[in-house]
Amino acid sequence: MLNCHEATRLMSEAQERDLLLGERMSLGFHVFMCKGCNNFKKQMGTLRSMTSEFARGENKPVENSVVTKFTTGKRHDAE
Amino acid sequence: MTVDSIHENPSEQVDSLLADTAFLEDVRRQMIKFATLQLGDSNQAEDAVQEALIGALKNAASFGGRAALKTWIFAILKNKIADVLRLKQRVVNASSLLREEDEDGDLSALFDRKGYWQPDERPVAWGNPEASLRETHFWRVFETCLEGLPPKQARVFMMREFIELNANEICESMGLTTSNLHVLLHRSRLRLRECIENKWYLEGEQNAELS
Repeated sequence: MLNCHEATRLMSEAQERDLLLGERMSLGFHVFMCKGCNNFKKQMGTLRSMTSEFARGENKPVENSVVTKFTTGKRHDAE
Repeated sequence: MTVDSIHENPSEQVDSLLADTAFLEDVRRQMIKFATLQLGDSNQAEDAVQEALIGALKNAASFGGRAALKTWIFAILKNKIADVLRLKQRVVNASSLLREEDEDGDLSALFDRKGYWQPDERPVAWGNPEASLRETHFWRVFETCLEGLPPKQARVFMMREFIELNANEICESMGLTTSNLHVLLHRSRLRLRECIENKWYLEGEQNAELS
């Protein structure tokens, strides 16, 4: 039977490739039994949608971050 | 910036796009964020972004809207970054690669010796992820967690999830085998997930009210 470390590895790889039938079955069984890995599984999808939202920039501008520190020096005022 | 070539174009839509400084600043901020994580060097990131923006805006006339322009800008930036990384890889020495491997030491603390979650590391259910996304403070946490990833993990994670390259493209541009890539992505996800859980879901979403 899979342990949690192996189960998280498969859940991560499932984001890049289709799992084999055997992998899907043993993962399915583990996730059914294990609350932590069940949460982890949902969070893989959440992490992906968070990052893509972050990339689309629908989040509000972030002040005081490391990133703005880099940009403020060279920012041009267009107003 | 080279706006001359754009003024010759009659498209009002493009004029209004380029006059939208808030939009351009947003894109620029994201590009810097992205390039800095990829390159691990803010000066090189600034340069790559500058070049990509100039290149992209020269051809801005052919883009019908924000989304298309933004995709185009990121495509150019991606290529600039790939160029810089290729140059860099020639000077990366073995010791710095080893050091990156060492940075993974604390991941073993997530699991016990048999590979099961340590009781206090076991993932908890995340309250309301959709609601988090509307909170300014959440994005600050998210960004901090991304910046906390070891450089190589951050790079592959961003290539995969931020610009949505497929596994083959990443392996090719980073010189990785598929199994290397899977290991790096697995580690980055374990780490990022843990960081977001600790800094957002466990420290309390009430932090959001502060911002």
